[in-house]
Amino acid sequence: MDTAFYSTQLIPALNRGLVMSLKLIIPSGIVGLGLGIVIGTLRTFGHPVIRKAANGYAMIFRGTPLLVQLFLLYFGLPNLGIYLDAYTAAVIGFILCSGAYHSEYIRGGLLSIKKGQILAAQSMGFSTFKTMVNIIVPQAIRRALPGCGNEIIYLIKYSSLAYIITCIELTGEGKIIATRTFRYTEVFLVIGFYYLVLVTMAMFLLHKIEEKLKIPGFGKA
Amino acid sequence: MTESKEPVLRVDNICKILGGKKILRSVSFSLQRGELKVLIGPSGAGKSTLLQCINFLIPPDKGHVWLEGTEIQSRRKRDLYAFRQQVGMIFQDFNLFDHLNALENVAIALRKVKRMNRQAARDRAVAELERVGLGDKLELFPAELSGGQKQRVSIARALAMDPKIMLLDEPTSALDPELIGEVLSVIRDLARGGMTMVLATHQIGFTRTLADEVLFMENGSIIERGLPEELLSPNAGTRSRDFCSRLDELYAENE
Repeated sequence: MDTAFYSTQLIPALNRGLVMSLKLIIPSGIVGLGLGIVIGTLRTFGHPVIRKAANGYAMIFRGTPLLVQLFLLYFGLPNLGIYLDAYTAAVIGFILCSGAYHSEYIRGGLLSIKKGQILAAQSMGFSTFKTMVNIIVPQAIRRALPGCGNEIIYLIKYSSLAYIITCIELTGEGKIIATRTFRYTEVFLVIGFYYLVLVTMAMFLLHKIEEKLKIPGFGKA
Repeated sequence: MTESKEPVLRVDNICKILGGKKILRSVSFSLQRGELKVLIGPSGAGKSTLLQCINFLIPPDKGHVWLEGTEIQSRRKRDLYAFRQQVGMIFQDFNLFDHLNALENVAIALRKVKRMNRQAARDRAVAELERVGLGDKLELFPAELSGGQKQRVSIARALAMDPKIMLLDEPTSALDPELIGEVLSVIRDLARGGMTMVLATHQIGFTRTLADEVLFMENGSIIERGLPEELLSPNAGTRSRDFCSRLDELYAENE
């Protein structure tokens, strides 16, 4: 086996790409989830006008390919005088896309909460906002967590699309080497392994969070 | 208003139409301090809707509510939230917050609505839970409590807000027969302690012994009202009596 190829070319490049991938995934994952919670809540309990707007956002970002969204952010926005560098465009695209999907999981979680709890909170003088923040959303998140975890795993993998708008991350670094050396099989097998490790770590982390948030009556007994 | 003292709560001409159906047709009554009024009547009579209209969980189409002589302006959010803090409400199906343990269920409104600090809220919550006999269940979550215990937590939760009146919407109707007693005994203690309450219930025996006045509702109106011994005595010949004797036939009384 040509170990020099791995140790001097492929692995250093992929590690460099991995760092970029993490820089894409971590902020997109966290902010995307936060956005999803807000949008999901607005879609369920918001003022009718806001609800329509939030539904429209979710429809557009769930209804069009992420690649199209990224191209528009990176190549389209300059037409409006907005110039984003590739990294920023990718992160914004990922946040908007995963936020739209998270909002659907959160919406499902919100709808599963018994309405009586809203009445109970309001009967004690909670405002609608306080009811959401303190009573309803904390329960909805627990119910939505498995779905949201799924979305984060998707995010890890679709972060590879960033290289198409020139933000060279894990897949991009590998693609460059594969093209130059024509060793597609080896390169992409290794890249696949990198993603597998990332996803496994994410699953472990999500499981830990689920454990930490576990409450009698929610999820597994 | 012929009473010499000002009523704690006065409800006047409450009307509500839901889904094209008249649920409440001009309901009025008032409540003196320390009084227990019991709402009885068949399902669908409008008892729950009336109770929820009083604290505007269901906004009435028409009508006025006064608390200690001040009319509630339900359109002013701040006033509405302040009013609701003074009106405790107990629901048929408890409506505990499922993600919080018994202690937090009681403490959360103290912290988030009354803005008490964590320790003070905790102390108060412990005291209220002890008062309803749940001092040893502080850490348990709703899913780990029996129906009777859940309802007692919800009573503690309402009491912790220091309400001026309590509205109880069939607090024992969702309970297994053997659990009704523990909840009724808490309510009995409240009544004896002078809490002002409106109670919707099917517990006729309880009504006979504790009600200051019985309001019999049917088709969205209070059609009979009076002392329990007048309305519910065996030969009163009232609609209320008729209804209660049919209930007595259906259920063995739980007291």
